[in-house]
Amino acid sequence: MDLSGHNLSAKRIVSMSELSVADIDLILDTAKAMKGISEREVKKAPTLRGRTVINCFMEPSTRTRTSFEISGKRLSADVINISGSGSSLTKGESIKDMMENLEAMKPDLLVIRSAHSGVPLQVAGWIDCPIVSAGDGRNEHPTQSLLDLMTIKETKGKLSGLNISIIGDILNSRVARSNLTAMKTVGCNVTVCGPATLLPRKIEKFADQVTTCRETAVKDADVIMTLRIQRERIGQAKFPSLREYSKHFGLNLKVMEKARKDVLLLHPGPINRGVEISPEVADGPWSSILEQVTNGVAVRMAILYLMTGGVRQN
Amino acid sequence: MSELLIKGGRVIDPSNGINGIFDLLLIDGLVVQVAEDMKSETATVIDATGKWVTPGLIDIHTHLREPGYEYKETIATGSMAAVAGGFTSIACMANTNPVNDNAEVTRLIIETAKREAVANIYVIGAVTKGLNGKQLADIGDMKEAGIVALSDDGKCVGALSVMRSAMEYAGMFGLPIIEHAEDPGLSLGTVMNEGFTSLKLGLPGNPTASEEVIVSRDAVLAGYLDVHIHIAHVSSKGAVRAIREAKERGVRITAEAAPHHFSITDETCDNFNTMAKVAPPLRTDEDVAAIREGLADGTIDCIATDHAPHAVNEKELEFELAAFGISGLETAVPLSLALAREGVMSEEKLIETMTCAPAGIIGIDRGTLSEGAVADVTIIDPNSEWTVDPENFASKGRNTPFAGWRVKGRAVMTIVKGKIVYEC
Repeated sequence: MDLSGHNLSAKRIVSMSELSVADIDLILDTAKAMKGISEREVKKAPTLRGRTVINCFMEPSTRTRTSFEISGKRLSADVINISGSGSSLTKGESIKDMMENLEAMKPDLLVIRSAHSGVPLQVAGWIDCPIVSAGDGRNEHPTQSLLDLMTIKETKGKLSGLNISIIGDILNSRVARSNLTAMKTVGCNVTVCGPATLLPRKIEKFADQVTTCRETAVKDADVIMTLRIQRERIGQAKFPSLREYSKHFGLNLKVMEKARKDVLLLHPGPINRGVEISPEVADGPWSSILEQVTNGVAVRMAILYLMTGGVRQN
Repeated sequence: MSELLIKGGRVIDPSNGINGIFDLLLIDGLVVQVAEDMKSETATVIDATGKWVTPGLIDIHTHLREPGYEYKETIATGSMAAVAGGFTSIACMANTNPVNDNAEVTRLIIETAKREAVANIYVIGAVTKGLNGKQLADIGDMKEAGIVALSDDGKCVGALSVMRSAMEYAGMFGLPIIEHAEDPGLSLGTVMNEGFTSLKLGLPGNPTASEEVIVSRDAVLAGYLDVHIHIAHVSSKGAVRAIREAKERGVRITAEAAPHHFSITDETCDNFNTMAKVAPPLRTDEDVAAIREGLADGTIDCIATDHAPHAVNEKELEFELAAFGISGLETAVPLSLALAREGVMSEEKLIETMTCAPAGIIGIDRGTLSEGAVADVTIIDPNSEWTVDPENFASKGRNTPFAGWRVKGRAVMTIVKGKIVYEC
């Protein structure tokens, strides 16, 4: 694979709003090439030998953390994982001090996950080391958005002009935020759907359509993305019960009858079977949920490759 | 005998309807006379040509952090920030540690101020013990010790039954209650205004309704009980409307606005700028316009800074964890003068909102150049252009969203009780 001569315009990946169409195309094309490595018998390329990647996960994560770790290792980078409970933040060190200390160890890339919105962007202002966000609060989850785009493009052959419906807890979802921005960039037509309590104010300025009717959202969609519903929201009086949520906003076979036959179904995981998605639908022919996870590794490999300088200078 | 003769300035004293070129004579800490072409053999003469000479500015809403948070600010440094910003009198809020909810703490603040402050310090007591919103603080004792008003500022008095008792009890002592109007439930966990920017940043948004419902509630109660309620730092259009309507039906309600709330919007929070994190939050252009209109038509009675100094490390944090507040004493004059320059209100009206109007709200005998008044005077150069650099603040709090702003107007001399305490 020869990608020399191609470079990302962004020096950091903290928000999909900072990536151009060309950046997104470059990442997805690179990811396509990277996907091959994961399918080999020996799943390792020497590309990032001698490069150090620190995965700094200050919020619990299984899928994303594992995906970043595997991505780094498949490219032979030295990968160090720091988790929230094992970090000095629990000893009272500030986030700024912690990041400055990590930078002093000369990593080539910092991957940051935080429960608080904006942390990757703030850190990018404090230190020079390239930053990749692995999700921050309700704000953004750019690599998730990129793997979603990759999965959609693989299946549909294009991104521009597609009707995409995102259903669920839009208010609290960083996946929804990143995708709304990215999908607008690549020319999709996006509908968001959920109970009124989980649709943030001014959402109409981000989405092309806003609806509280699941059937409307499903009807003409090329892609349906359903988001995880968290149990805590019941305590916050956002909806009465999981049962009622499932009844009015869950995807079941009956609802899927209204969808296009070739609709693609995505879910960023982890899924609550029987809540936002019924088991039959999750395992049905539309579903690409596991393909998303596979593509997640490819996208992250592509980003690590592109962000740590791609082809070596010497 | 100390004598100061301030010559040739434009004296603006709204309490006496004065606005013109006059001389001002101060002897032994008192105002002697405002007149044309005064002469004195003995007085030190100050040339104020081209400047405004006003009663010493008054800020009824500051946080001086002492006792308990001296790393953020002290009574001494806060008072130096005040006079550097042109304020001769400031009132300090009760959310210290320990909370100023009893006469001991009140006396401690007053004694420290006497010893160390360069400005006049007026003390505000807590409404409830430990700001807990449940039991009344030692209001009678604190009144005897010298407080001028009551407030749980930083927190809203959430329970209506408690607010009712507080109003009735405070009314007995003639103390106004200053309300931090935010519904505790609606504002819970929020860190900025709810709107387009909070959506974009993925930050929990504070609805304007949170302020408006509490203002409306308090207006109903204050009207029912016929007591004085004062609304702190009005931030939203709805709150301005609620105050205006309450005034129209005769409720004894007054209100203040902070310079940041009539100067900038929630867009300042972009890029997770924690310097713009403040409670109540910065709102939108529509709210800024409503506050300006409210100040112009008298719905909002006065300007108050809500000076809230913090240490650097309390702002260099995740936005959601960073402290709320803006260090405001040293930027208030230019930001407020902009209102007159932009035609929002007359220069006299503007000075009124910073002198006799706030004095009236907390019932102090300042904010005037009447004969025999205490000689608190501010000399303002309305045309001086300068760049806000927090490193030059007298306050320990360098937390300001206005750093780097090119502004116009500043206090060039501040006189407290006839003594020059600040000059630049």
